[in-house]
This record gives sequence, C-alpha cells and structure tokens, in this order.
Amino acid sequence: MENRLLVVSSSPHFRAKGSTARIMCDVIVALLPAAVGGWIFFRNRALVVIAASVAAAVLTELLMLRMRKRKATAADLTSAVVTGILLAFCVTATLPWWGAVLGSAFGIAIAKHCFGGLGFNIFNPALAGRIFVMHAYIVQMTLWSPTYYEKQEREKSPAVHPEEATAQVDGETYATPLGKVKEGVQQKRPIEEIERSLPSYWRLFVGNVGGCLGETSALLLLVGAAYLLMRRVISIYIPLAFLGSLALLTWVFGGIHMVAGEPRMYLFHGDPLFHVLAGGAVLGAFFMATDMVTSPMTPKGMLIFGFGCGAITTIIRLWGGYPEGVSYSIFLMNICVPLIDRFTMPKLFGANFGK
Amino acid sequence: MTAFKGGLHPPYYKEATREREIRPAALPKLVRLPLQQHIGAPAKSVVEVGQHVKRGQLIAEAGGYVSAAVHASVSGKVTAIRPLPHPFGSKLPAIEIESDTWDTPLEETVSIGDVESLTPDQIIEAVHRAGIVGMGGAAFPTHVKLKPPKGVTIHTLILNGAECEPYLTCDFRVMIERPDDVVAGARLLQKAVSAKRIVIGIEANKEEAIETMSEAAGDFSDIAVESVEVKYPQGSELQLIKALAGIELPKSKLPLEAGFVVQNVVTALAVFEAVTKGKPLYERVVTVSGDGVKEPGNFLVRLGTSFGELLEQAGAVAEDAAKVIMGGPMMGLAQHTYEVPVIKGTSGIVVFREEEVEIAEALACIRCARCETRCPAGLATARIGLAAEFGKFEIAEALKVMECIECGCCSYVCPSKRPMTHYMKAAKAEIMRKRQREKAASGE
Repeated sequence: MENRLLVVSSSPHFRAKGSTARIMCDVIVALLPAAVGGWIFFRNRALVVIAASVAAAVLTELLMLRMRKRKATAADLTSAVVTGILLAFCVTATLPWWGAVLGSAFGIAIAKHCFGGLGFNIFNPALAGRIFVMHAYIVQMTLWSPTYYEKQEREKSPAVHPEEATAQVDGETYATPLGKVKEGVQQKRPIEEIERSLPSYWRLFVGNVGGCLGETSALLLLVGAAYLLMRRVISIYIPLAFLGSLALLTWVFGGIHMVAGEPRMYLFHGDPLFHVLAGGAVLGAFFMATDMVTSPMTPKGMLIFGFGCGAITTIIRLWGGYPEGVSYSIFLMNICVPLIDRFTMPKLFGANFGK
Repeated sequence: MTAFKGGLHPPYYKEATREREIRPAALPKLVRLPLQQHIGAPAKSVVEVGQHVKRGQLIAEAGGYVSAAVHASVSGKVTAIRPLPHPFGSKLPAIEIESDTWDTPLEETVSIGDVESLTPDQIIEAVHRAGIVGMGGAAFPTHVKLKPPKGVTIHTLILNGAECEPYLTCDFRVMIERPDDVVAGARLLQKAVSAKRIVIGIEANKEEAIETMSEAAGDFSDIAVESVEVKYPQGSELQLIKALAGIELPKSKLPLEAGFVVQNVVTALAVFEAVTKGKPLYERVVTVSGDGVKEPGNFLVRLGTSFGELLEQAGAVAEDAAKVIMGGPMMGLAQHTYEVPVIKGTSGIVVFREEEVEIAEALACIRCARCETRCPAGLATARIGLAAEFGKFEIAEALKVMECIECGCCSYVCPSKRPMTHYMKAAKAEIMRKRQREKAASGE
C-alpha cells in the first residue's frame, strides 16, 4: 500500500453538520418577519434605520477584528449582522440614521470587542448599544411615532381618540401604550380614561401600535421564534420564565385603583396580557435574553435568568421612572450570568452513588 | 430502565458490513506483535531473534498483574524485537515474526478436563494464560476484571453487545454467527466471578442479534437479553450499567466495587475458546469499513497483521483515502501509516476519503451549551474546554474533568468546531502528570 500522507487528528473523526455562522443565519432568518413588520408599520424609515445599523455593525466588526489582528470569520460577521438588526429593532423608526450607527458601533466596539469579541462579551451588544443611544440621545429616542395605519385612521376620524385629537400627525406628543399608562397614572387620570386610550389586545398582538421599530408585532416575532425553537437554536426556558414571571407579577401587582383620588395598588387585578404584548417583552424574551453568549447554560440557570428578567421588567414598569424596562432587565441579568452558571452546574453522572 | 442523559444519534453507517459474514483473512507473511496491546504494564519478551515459534506459542509473558501475555499468531521465525510503528502513535517494542507459511499450531499440552467441573480460579487462570483483554476497544486485561476486591460479591455479569460506534459490526456479526459460543463464554465468566445472573445488553436496532442471543440464552433462566435504547455512547460501560440496572456509577468507582462485571461479547467468545480449547488470543474479528475501502467486510484477522495487508484484502483503499482510523470514528485513533499492526483492541479499521476528512478551524465558544447537554458524564464541558484552552488545568480538575469518558459527543456537536474532546484528554493527561509529580515529591 503506497504511503500517501494520512491525516492524523484527535477523535472524534466526524462531526454534526451545523456551524456558528449557521446559527447566526437562523437568527437572521427568524428576525426577517418582524423586519418586514417594521417596514409595514413604519414604512421606509424602518428600512433606513435597519440598513444603517447593520452596515455600521459589520463595518465596526471588521475594523475591530483588524485592530485586534484577528481573522474575520463567517461567524463574526453573521453575528454582527444579528447585533445590527436587533439594535435597529429596539430604537424608534424616527431615530436619525446616525443614531443607529452610533448604537451599533458602540455595541460592537465597546460591549463586544473590548471584552474579547464573539463568545466573550458579558452584555448583549445590541442592548448595550441601545442603552447607550437611549442615554446619549434621550429626546430622539423617545420621539415615538404612530404606525402608518394609525396615522391614516387619525386623518380620517380624529375623534376616535379624543385625548389625542390635537396630537400632531407627525407624532411629537404621541405615546406608546406603556407610556400612556405611566403618564396617566402619574397625572392621576381616571383609570377608565387610561384604559380607553389603550389599543385593543388584537392591535397589540398584530403590532399596529407605536413603539420601537421591531418590537411591536408579537405575531411576527412569534413566527420567527417558532422557527428558532424548531431549529433548536433557542430553548423555551428563558422566554417561558421571562414572559411567565412578567405575566404573573404584573397580574399580582399591576392593578391600580383610585382611593380618594390617589392611585393605589389593587392586588390581583393587573392586566398580564397587556404587559406581555406591549413594549419589547416578546422581542426581549425570545431574541435578546436568549443570546447564548450572555445567558446561562443549563435549563435551571435559564429559568432563574428568565425569572429575573421578568421580575426586573415588572419593577421598572410598575414602580420605576421609565415606562419600559425590558432592555434594562436583560442587561442587569447579563451581569448575574457567571454567578447563575456557577450555582446551576449540570448534574454529574454518578454523583448520587452511595448517597 | 431509562438510558443515560445526553448522548447523540450519529449516522451509523453499518449497512456496508452488517450483512457481511466473518471470513478469515489470508495468512499474513509477516506479523508484528507489540508488547503493549493492553492497558497496564507491557509484556516481557521470552523469545530471541532467530528463534522458530509455532502459532499460539507464548512469546511474551505478562509484565505484571495488570498486563497480558502475547502469543505468536503465525508459525515462523522471529526476525526482530525492536520499536516498530504502533497504533497508539509512536513506535513501541514489538516482536516481528516472518511466517513460514505452514501455520503450525503449538501442540496443546494443557489438559482442560471437564469444563463443568472447572473452579473459578481455573477459569481465571486459563483467561490469564491466554492473554485475553477487553476486546471492545479498551483492552483492559480481563483476568483483573474477574478478581473483585475482598468483601465484594459480584451479583451481575453484564455482556456488552451494544456496539454503538458507527461503522463497526464485529460484535454484531459474532452475536449472529456464534451466539452459542458467546453464551458459553459468558457462563464461564459468570462462574469465574460467581455472579447470580447474566444480562446481555444489545441496542434495539440490532433485532437479529437480539433474536439469536435470546435463542442461545433460551435454556437458562438466569440469563436475560435486554434491548437498550439506540443512542451513542450506549456501549460505554457505565452508561450500559445505567441502562440495564438503573444505577449510575461515578467513573472513579470500578463497576466491580458495585458488584458488576462488564464484558464485551467478543471477549466472551475469546474466553470460551481459551478455556474450552486452550486457544490463546492470537486472532480477532475486525470490521473493515468506510468509504475509502472498496470491499468492506468483517474479517477474522491474525494479530500483528499490518493494516495495509488487511486493507488489500478489502479491495484496497480508494485513491484518495486520507484518514485511517483504528476503531470507530467517535473514539478511534487516526493512524499515520498503513504499517501499524492489528492488535487485541482493534475492533475495526475505518478509512475515510479526502472529502470526508473535515479540517475545520476552531472558533471561540459561544456558550451554546450543546456539548454540556449531550455529555453523558454530565460534565460542564464548555467550561472545562475553556479552562483547558487557556491552560487552567486546576479549574478543569475542579470541574471534574477526570470523570470524562472521552466519548467525543462534545466535539461532535460543537458548532464552533472546537476540539472539545481533545481539550478533555489534554487536561486529563496534564492532571495525571501533576498527580504523579506530587506523588514523587511526597517521597513515595
């Protein structure tokens, strides 16, 4: 037998199909329905923001890899695309394009590469970028805009939303559903009036409400999430614990009634469905909190992590200064991941022997 | 009983050889018999260069308690005793015999007597003398496994017929073709350790083997043939005990200490032949398969036959053969030359073509935890991998890397193509070295 050079390597000698880049591509595919939703509801503004954010993310990734003298792999680039899309999803469609560029660049350069690049970051880069833009450009970030369809409705019959009849169509004083609740309670408006100003569950579910670019449509996000679950890119533990605890806690503590003209907590009268569908809960639970790099590794750890996210979101929404708390909750829980991992190690085979 | 947690379902690729009857390979012109074919001390040569030996003649005696004797696999002249290419990697001392083509057997002088009247010690002695080792691949000397520590009673002999490694069908073929002899061997083993019962574990997809073995075991009420879940690595000793007895043993415990003896079906066959016919272990069944082999099959091969000579009989290898593995693709050892010999633990030779050989660049861990969910040992593999990658072996040790069974599941599923199993092995080797240094330093 002629002695042609043979390949020698450590076992195993074959591997499952699939790659890190493939995982990232799956996430990108899963985000597409919601991206289309963003375009439907916020028109071309949404596309400008998404394009600016993704381009900035990829360019920053390339720049940082070059500075760090690392080879750019498909995994690095596809993960940067995911960060870009996610960042665009959690800013307003009215944000100037440079705002999205700044957020993306901050997320990739500071939150990702300063910690060692793909796999080593503590915080979800998109969330870190979002929080950066939020604090640096709070005015631009809270100029909420109604959806395309809401605008059309208002033009036809301004009287449908009497309290907003004077609102300018370009949306300067427009508030998101969660914002309306926060404002209403702060201004001690009658509960019925606040409730009347809120969109129906169906509108919330479909996403025909104001909010961040990609967060409004639970329906389209769930379509993408189903794909990720089917492909086993994510598991159900984190979203389940996140949305479950959010629903439970907002139901228990989220009710409000007026006692002598003052808003008071009305235990067990909250509106869990509203809290799950409004704001960025679905986006956060399925696409941000499930980021593998920044979430725990065992099912038990994932449940703790998800519960923490739901609890912090509830606290911020009900008692905090901001109407929405999803991004901060995930950001804060990201910090706890090493600790959670340490206390939720996988169970060793044979650990119970002799006990 | 439920199977272990984790594990995976790799493609099995057994179709190529599962219907191929075991056929004797041609008598080799030259054999090279390494003194180290087993776990433990190498054997010690008892022959000299130039000496003529007969088939079955003792040529190297056990080099200690945990060791095994080596016998000539052909008759002929000893032409060399020197380091020669070995499947474990480097060159190791081996006895080279040039066949005289007569294949003259040694006149068996040891009288076996009535098999039924043999005492456990006589059986163990015969096994010891025949140089039998675990033939599933680990090659641990069998006689050692038959001597439980004092105060331990063995209750169950488990016969391992799981054969979960892809491509390999030698265990399967033996169970189909020689079920009665396997059962007879198992009974001898049972007697040797005074076990109350025998459980034969076979993966559920080997229906024919379950059938033949059940038939062979039919007359005995203390033998049970159990079908176990098809899942890699079901054939791993501890995982098989879990599936058959519901007990999880840590790797630091010997199954012996918990009253179990686990033996491979091919080992049982070797025991049968050694005890009843006085036949030493000088040949074994080897599956030759893989896309790089033109005519895959199951061969009865004389130990010491070079891979090259055996592969010629399987229709030679494809032009673009690029990887030659001793054993299966999950746990087998890649070889750098066709010159290495078939040894006692060679259950198969798998040849891959160039297109099947994946040389992927390892990327950073993205903490997807697929490796940890699949790890049959329940290890925090992702974290051990990182610790080993950065040389933090004390962290790997604290994370119990020594419990790793090196099954390969972690590497198999890693989307970042990280050499996870290699990290585990490296950490284990480093920790063993450290422990030895400490032992030496403490003056023992």
